[in-house]
Parts: sequence; structure tokens; C-alpha cells
Amino acid sequence: MKVEDIVRILDAKIFAGEEQLSLDLNSACGADLMSDVMAFVKDRVVLLTGLMNPQALRTADLLDIKVVVFVRGKKPTADLVEMAKEMGMTLMTTKYSMFLACGRLYEAGLRGGGVRGID
Amino acid sequence: MDFSAAGKASTEAKRFLARLGLDQNLVKRIAIAMYEGEMNIAIHGGGGSAELEISTDKVEILFQDKGPGIADLELAMTEGYSTASEEVRSMGFGAGMGMPNMKRNADSMIVDSEPGAGTRISLMFNLSKTGPER
Ligand SMILES: Nc1ncnc2c1ncn2[C@@H]1O[C@H](COP(=O)(O)OP(=O)(O)OP(=O)(O)O)[C@@H](O)[C@H]1O
Ligand SMILES: [Mg+2]
Repeated sequence: MKVEDIVRILDAKIFAGEEQLSLDLNSACGADLMSDVMAFVKDRVVLLTGLMNPQALRTADLLDIKVVVFVRGKKPTADLVEMAKEMGMTLMTTKYSMFLACGRLYEAGLRGGGVRGID
Repeated sequence: MDFSAAGKASTEAKRFLARLGLDQNLVKRIAIAMYEGEMNIAIHGGGGSAELEISTDKVEILFQDKGPGIADLELAMTEGYSTASEEVRSMGFGAGMGMPNMKRNADSMIVDSEPGAGTRISLMFNLSKTGPER
């Protein structure tokens, strides 16, 4: 699924990284606690989060995650937009809640996600 | 609490290690583990230091703080265990995954901590697997 598809499906507004619209992604991670993201090792991931701070972007950057979607209509501050540009990251905001945003992407065919065993 | 700078050292270390030409997956593992250690020092340790040492066959990271220390190490190493406050959780931490993430990503992890005496954690990453042929 391309970044431009995600923008369309989530009716999202882009704040940084418009140049990556044709980047292809195959998995998604929805989390507000960053160590849960750190436990998620996948390639070509879009991160959906309600967390709006530098650590959210740092976590994404450390994991080579190039696309971050803020849910529930949260708009990134100018500082975060600047940081994302430096990191070569696409930032967007969707009006949908975490549940609805993940559901819409899943329904549209973005199915990759981390699965861990229970012991 | 102001954490805006916390995690920056790991971001810089990652860039540096990538420039050295280390394997991308290894760089990611080191970056994740370093970030978790750095955040724990900021959140639980009341501030401290992280030293990164690179030699021909390994990368070592030593975290040190003079915070409250860890009372029950086995609990602290358990996935999901966290003493983080509601305020800290609202900033995206407190999943109780940091220590397990450090252990999973490093080739060895040694924790030396006592209540009241601070915490020292040393992590080691082997370079040999991605080896001399490169
Ligand atoms: N440097 C430290 N000093 C004192 N206590 C610590 C330190 N590091 C970890 N701990 C204790 O161990 C617990 C587990 O740490 P861990 O990193 O796994 O989870 P967390 O930091 O609470 O949440 P997360 O890392 O998922 O954001 C912490 O909640 C804290 O009680
Ligand atoms: Mg932690």
C-alpha cells in the first residue's frame, strides 16, 4: 500500500514528507506506548499513534519507520514537523480514532503486523 | 518533567554506527537497546550517563545512574511490568517493555543494581557475525 493510498483511506492531511507519496508499505503498528513499537520488528511500517512528542518521532526514526500517522485529529507542532523533515519522515493527521484508522487500513488490504506468542 | 532531549543520544549513535558501515539490522538492534536504556535513565534513574565503546569485535554500552535502583530485577525484566506513573505513560512510556527489549536485542546484558545505590547496565553486541569479510 502506497503512502498516497493511506492519505486517501484515512482522509489525512500531510504535514511533512509529501515527496514520499509513492513509498510502498506492507505493515502497520498502532501504539501509544513507544516500547511496544520497539518490540515490533518489521520492515516498511506505518506507525499510527495518538502520542505527539519528540519521542514518538525518535522511536520511528530508530526503527527506520518513514511514515507516522497521528490519530484523532491531533496536529503536529511546528517543532515536530521540522524534526520529521530532518529525519526524512512523512507526518500526517487523520480525524479517525486509532481503532477506526487501523480498521480502515486493514480493510483496504494493509494486513502486515507483528504477532507474538503467548506463554 | 521535560524529556524533550531524552533519546537524542541514541539517534546520534545510530547515525554514527550506520556511517561506520555496520550491518543495518545490527545498527537497529543497538539503537533500540540504547534508546531503552537512555529513556530508563531519564525516567526512572533521575539522569545519568551512557557510554558507547566500539572495538573490532564488539560494541559495548554502559549505562549508569545514581537513582533509586531496582528492587526486584526479575520483575523489572518481565514483559509488561512497569512502575511508571500516569504522567509518564501519557508521554508514551511505561509499557514495561524496555528492559526485555534491551535483553532481546543485545548479545549480553548485565544489570547491577541495588535499592538506594543506583543502577549500572552493560550491554554487549557481537560484531563477529557480520564479520571481517565485509
Ligand atoms: N535505571 C533505573 N532505575 C530504577 N528503576 C529502573 C531503572 N530502569 C528500570 N527500572 C525499573 O524497572 C521497571 C521496568 O523497566 P522497563 O524499561 O522494562 O519498563 P518501563 O520503563 O516502565 O516502560 P517502557 O520501557 O516500556 O516504556 C521500571 O518500571 C522501573 O521500575
Ligand atoms: Mg523503560
